[in-house]
Amino acid sequence: MNDQPELKQTPLHALHLALGARMVPFAGYDMPVQYPAGVLKEHLHTRHSAGLFDVSHMGQVVVRPRSGNIADAALALESLVPADILGLPEGRQRYGFFTDDSGGILDDLMIANRGDHLFVVVNAACKEADVEHMRRHIGDRCEITLLDNRALLALQGPHAVAVLAELWSDVASMRFMDAAECLLHDQPCIVTRSGYSGEDGFELSLPVSYAEDVAKRLLEHPDVQPVGLGARDSLRLEAGLCLYGNDIDRGTSPVEAGLEWAIQKVRRRGGARAGGFPGAERILDELEHGATRRRVGLKPDGKAPVRPPAALFADAEGNEEIGRVTSGGFGPSADGPIAMGYVPTDKAAPGTRLYAEVRGKYLPLTVTSLPFVTPGYKR
Amino acid sequence: MLKFTAEHEWLQIDGDVATVGITRHAAEQLGDLVFVELPDVGASFSKGDDAATVESVKAASEVYCPLDGEITEVNEAITADPSLVNSDPQGAGWFFKLRLANRADADALLDEAAYLESIA
Repeated sequence: MNDQPELKQTPLHALHLALGARMVPFAGYDMPVQYPAGVLKEHLHTRHSAGLFDVSHMGQVVVRPRSGNIADAALALESLVPADILGLPEGRQRYGFFTDDSGGILDDLMIANRGDHLFVVVNAACKEADVEHMRRHIGDRCEITLLDNRALLALQGPHAVAVLAELWSDVASMRFMDAAECLLHDQPCIVTRSGYSGEDGFELSLPVSYAEDVAKRLLEHPDVQPVGLGARDSLRLEAGLCLYGNDIDRGTSPVEAGLEWAIQKVRRRGGARAGGFPGAERILDELEHGATRRRVGLKPDGKAPVRPPAALFADAEGNEEIGRVTSGGFGPSADGPIAMGYVPTDKAAPGTRLYAEVRGKYLPLTVTSLPFVTPGYKR
Repeated sequence: MLKFTAEHEWLQIDGDVATVGITRHAAEQLGDLVFVELPDVGASFSKGDDAATVESVKAASEVYCPLDGEITEVNEAITADPSLVNSDPQGAGWFFKLRLANRADADALLDEAAYLESIA
């Protein structure tokens, strides 16, 4: 029956089919792009209530210090990631990225301090390479384990906290980017108050054996609907969040991408642990002096969506190409087309007028600050 | 006379003018439309040319001209409210009217039974 036998399946694959999902290949997995409600309604439901996403394709990795001292794992990972990981308290999570020697981005990731180890979540398409990268560079100091026996669910939206609290755990006291162990079905799971939708919400890492039970229990709640990759993409775009492979990759530096906020002071020049990660010279230079180009938000004047890789121009005649759109489409909550792309720094100020080539026409758009919608994070 | 194409368009043919839209099946596959771009009245197309563009949240798709002809009228109601295409694809959600260059070309198109069989 399976006409693409090479595709991997998540533990919720049968549930997706039972829910009537339309499945597409994504990062080597057969994944739900949408359910019968459709991308538009799934997106809006997440913004107003709560959406359940299967993100089990993503890589869940345990980085355990061979010395038994978590600080050694933090310092080891800091040699690959320009973030303050040593200063990340137990029970807290932080965003970061692996950089390469030329200052590009190998992948972006979430890092949680779990007391005796670091729990890392990486992109599906990069997970094998990330594990190999960590083993090669910090394998002497840390045991790197890609967990293949766990599912990852995301429950996102303003009702997520009430739903989760009603069913199982007292998660209401968690703050944005807290990481805790909670009981779901009397089984310990790793719960983080985070996600990639721009809403308040949680990610639940749980053993494969009862992932479907937990998902079904959540879906029985009247406030919860299943949400596919289509709406996951439009939600993160409205939230101004980068999609690895589109908005960031080895050809973009963290400063070009506007991700300076993820490089804490202690890792910058003058900080106690400045540099010491791949590409540090370029990245630290750019932190001080700026990059020559910048990721910006783009708001088309008209109703036509502007999608990647549309060329961006400084003039309405299409003479001077200055950059490319890296993400773009229709924002259901923004109620119009929205996009992100890279432009020279002197054209990156909000309010700058630019043009995008769409089907042979040059459509006017305006550089705008990100995100496109107000985030609902509970800080 | 109602005809269909394998590219999921319908044509209601009255004399030498065809009213053209996309089928219910196509509208369901595309999902909620958020943008429609229609051709200019007076434009001439050959069969298979891109005549209109429809976009959902996640993707853009072309609507092909089903036969050679000239656009005589377009349905501005669907550019103002693309959801009309989803709610009434084979009625109020029509796209354009096409004056057929060769009326007889329509005979080669699918009838409703053949079209429905092709998507079953």
